[in-house]
Amino acid sequence: MDNTNIISEVTDSEYKYGFVSDIEHDTIGKGLNEDVIRLISSKKEEPEWLLEFRLKAYRHWLTQKMPTWAHLDIPEIDYQDIIYYSAPKQNVKPENGEIDPELKKTFDKLGIPLDEQKALSGVAFDAVMDSVSVKTTYKDALAERGIIFCSFSEAVRNHPDLVRQYLGSVVPPTDNYFAALNSAVFSDGSFCYIPKGVRCPMELSTYFRINAAKTGQFERTLIICDDDSYVSYLEGCTAPRRDENQLHAAIVEIVVMNNAEVKYSTVQNWYPGDKEGRGGIYNFVTKRGLCKGVNARLSWSQVETGSAITWKYPGTVLLGDGSSSEFYSVAVTNNHQQADTGSKMIHIGRNTSSRIVSKGISAGQSQNSYRGLVKVSANADGARNYSQCDSLLLGDKCGAHTFPYVECLNNTAVLEHEATTSKIGEDQIFYCNQRGISTEDAVGLIVNGYAKEVLNTLPMEFAVEAQKLLQVSLEGSVG
Amino acid sequence: MENVSSVGIKDKLTALYRQYAAQISDGMPEAMNRVRETAISQFDALGLPRKGCERYRFTEIMTAFGHAYGYSISKLAATTDSQTVFRCAVPDLDTYTIIINNGWIDLKNSTIPANVVATEMADGANKYPELFAAHYNRLAAQKYDTTISLNIAFARSGLFLYIPDNVVVDKPIQIVNVLSGNNPLMVNQRNLIVAGRGSQAKIVICDHTLANSQFLLNNVTETVLQPNAQLDCYCIQNLNDRSSQIASLLIEQNTDSQLIANTLTLHGGFVRNNVEVLMAGQHAEASIYGLSLPAGHQHIDNFTYVDHAVPNCTSYELYKNVLNDESVGVFSGYVLVRPDAQKTNAQQSNKNICISPSARMYTKPQLEIYADDVKCSHGATVGQLDESALFYMRQRCIGEDEAKMMLMSAFAHEVVRTIRIPILAERYAEMIENRLRGRHAACGDCFMKCEKR
Repeated sequence: MDNTNIISEVTDSEYKYGFVSDIEHDTIGKGLNEDVIRLISSKKEEPEWLLEFRLKAYRHWLTQKMPTWAHLDIPEIDYQDIIYYSAPKQNVKPENGEIDPELKKTFDKLGIPLDEQKALSGVAFDAVMDSVSVKTTYKDALAERGIIFCSFSEAVRNHPDLVRQYLGSVVPPTDNYFAALNSAVFSDGSFCYIPKGVRCPMELSTYFRINAAKTGQFERTLIICDDDSYVSYLEGCTAPRRDENQLHAAIVEIVVMNNAEVKYSTVQNWYPGDKEGRGGIYNFVTKRGLCKGVNARLSWSQVETGSAITWKYPGTVLLGDGSSSEFYSVAVTNNHQQADTGSKMIHIGRNTSSRIVSKGISAGQSQNSYRGLVKVSANADGARNYSQCDSLLLGDKCGAHTFPYVECLNNTAVLEHEATTSKIGEDQIFYCNQRGISTEDAVGLIVNGYAKEVLNTLPMEFAVEAQKLLQVSLEGSVG
Repeated sequence: MENVSSVGIKDKLTALYRQYAAQISDGMPEAMNRVRETAISQFDALGLPRKGCERYRFTEIMTAFGHAYGYSISKLAATTDSQTVFRCAVPDLDTYTIIINNGWIDLKNSTIPANVVATEMADGANKYPELFAAHYNRLAAQKYDTTISLNIAFARSGLFLYIPDNVVVDKPIQIVNVLSGNNPLMVNQRNLIVAGRGSQAKIVICDHTLANSQFLLNNVTETVLQPNAQLDCYCIQNLNDRSSQIASLLIEQNTDSQLIANTLTLHGGFVRNNVEVLMAGQHAEASIYGLSLPAGHQHIDNFTYVDHAVPNCTSYELYKNVLNDESVGVFSGYVLVRPDAQKTNAQQSNKNICISPSARMYTKPQLEIYADDVKCSHGATVGQLDESALFYMRQRCIGEDEAKMMLMSAFAHEVVRTIRIPILAERYAEMIENRLRGRHAACGDCFMKCEKR
């Protein structure tokens, strides 16, 4: 069997979520200046302090230059050519829990049930389209246990103290170029607070959808897990197929208190662009968790198959003594996709531990880089880290790169890093062929086995979804 | 001149060059002179590498440059006495010896094998103009490091070593590089080593200071391995702890050539080693090893760059550090596999032990791969001595210090055992043990009174 054909078949499958919904949008003009920020703030009826927060971030952003150190080829972005606010118009009153039928149809098509009766049991959704949150399910059921799960705007209205206390406490607006931009223009997102001692009974999930053309999506997620609590959180995302690129610059902040645990999973499936590399989403995201309390635990799992360019490093600051963090990632790039992604683990507290498992798969003409940082500060006695990043190359035109940074300022730390890069062994394929498994199935099997360690860390429903996604993303790339 | 700015130093060095350009070029071959102007312009435009840039992420080069040094354009009269030579000799090891004093070859005290050419750069260029022109500055010109540009501009002294085709040198060639004098001195030494087709040689390079003055040795060695050549290059770096050393070893490997590069860093306040290997011919093999044992306030930065430009080559890297006191160790390894460099096998490993609470280690092993049929891996670890092994030994009446010493020696042994000159390997082990015991690891009895910091 011709291997090259199988590979091209595997990579050639079409993007399933590329449709556009015909929804009227309340959109502001293109461009970015202080007036635009004031306009966004007033549309969302925000308090004065939040407007100040935005303006301060914007003024800082103006002093910054776009960083160029990543192993990415990013065409120049015209920030004045982006629409910073676009909300789908709803003909019903969302405050009453109603939802516009057209919107509902869109999310149904994406497999996100906004009807609580029909919903996947045990998963509460916050659905965000373009700049606003459309609907949050199971809000009341969660509220009974004291859990706050709502859109960010709602949190600003109803829980201003919590938001004010934690907003920007993990990712300050001055953190980096895109964090500053997001802090200036962020429109909506999810907010979640788990009170002391509560174990969240269902998975919480945010689904991000870009629909309007020429807009950027700048959402913000803030999760606070108080002492002895637990939550599993999932984020998914898709966008329509378009020839121009759209910018998505989000911030995720997670605060984990004493003995609390957060599991944050991402299935990222933004539109990756077509086979010639036209279009696609630029996914420049800052995700960071702070293990603030003693024995706090934060686990990141991600499956990255979409986006024309992915540039993000979900990381954890291990501040509390005995806190631990894990990062599991599968990043697939195909055609002309580019990814520069990895994780940062900053050990500050004593006896902290972290684990990084990153699996990169490159196909077509894509470039896939792992970049990670493990830093042990001088007082972080007994820190422990294990990092493993493997790259799998499918095809001779793609690239796989590994750039780990290890900084150790403490002599009691034990740090290990290992990385390998290879293609699927001919002997492995031969072994499968011998046993009557076709080359395509063999490749599927091997890729699956390769990613299994990461997929196993996802919540069950999504692990199945992610597995399918992995197969589709690589369709036509085996050989 | 303490605490001078990087820009100040850059301007000063550029001005120094401009002022003495005529003297610097005087009597030097055309091949060396014609590249000076480009190099100094590049240096002037870019300045010294800044801490934080990717190649010098954890290293402040001003530690080396931020002092007042004297600079000598012509050869100093001082010659090395035979005692020095004796002191640097490895007991029981029969070698050819080339003595280099402050960058200049001391031919009088050197013994050079008859079938090998070893001479000053200028002489080499006169005797072998084609060979010299073909290889001089070919590798160095493409580098982005401005310490190399500085060397290109100022280079006058250094060793031209040519091992003609099919010559097998019967004994190791020991190059003793000494820095002497009672005043602070900057030396820009430039070497060119060409190993001809099918030739075989083992080189031992020892860098020493013979005085407790502050030296800055900015050393660039271009090495070309022609097809089938085999070269072993063992470097022992042992400057005094006030001195700084920037050693750039730039290597081109042609078809079927084999290289072993092994760097042992004992003393030296600031040491930066650039080992850059270009795989230019298929089936070439490179093994690159390094062992650093910093203590006190030493800062040792090992930078390696292996460029797999053609298919079917193999590279293996192993760097180890044992860090004591407030020393800082840095390892940045870079492996580039270019498109179509299929069947590349590249391995990179960096292992470190931090002994004291204030020691710091930064490691950055990197892979950039554009070909799919490759086997590449890297690993990095930072840790301490194995407590269970320590416990085991203490149970058996081995004192704690001795047990630690045994473990550290064993840790270092992985690098030592790659040495293909058995007597030298023994000497290495001895020097390492001396160093780990806190004694000065000079060759022979120590005459230096290193400042205890």
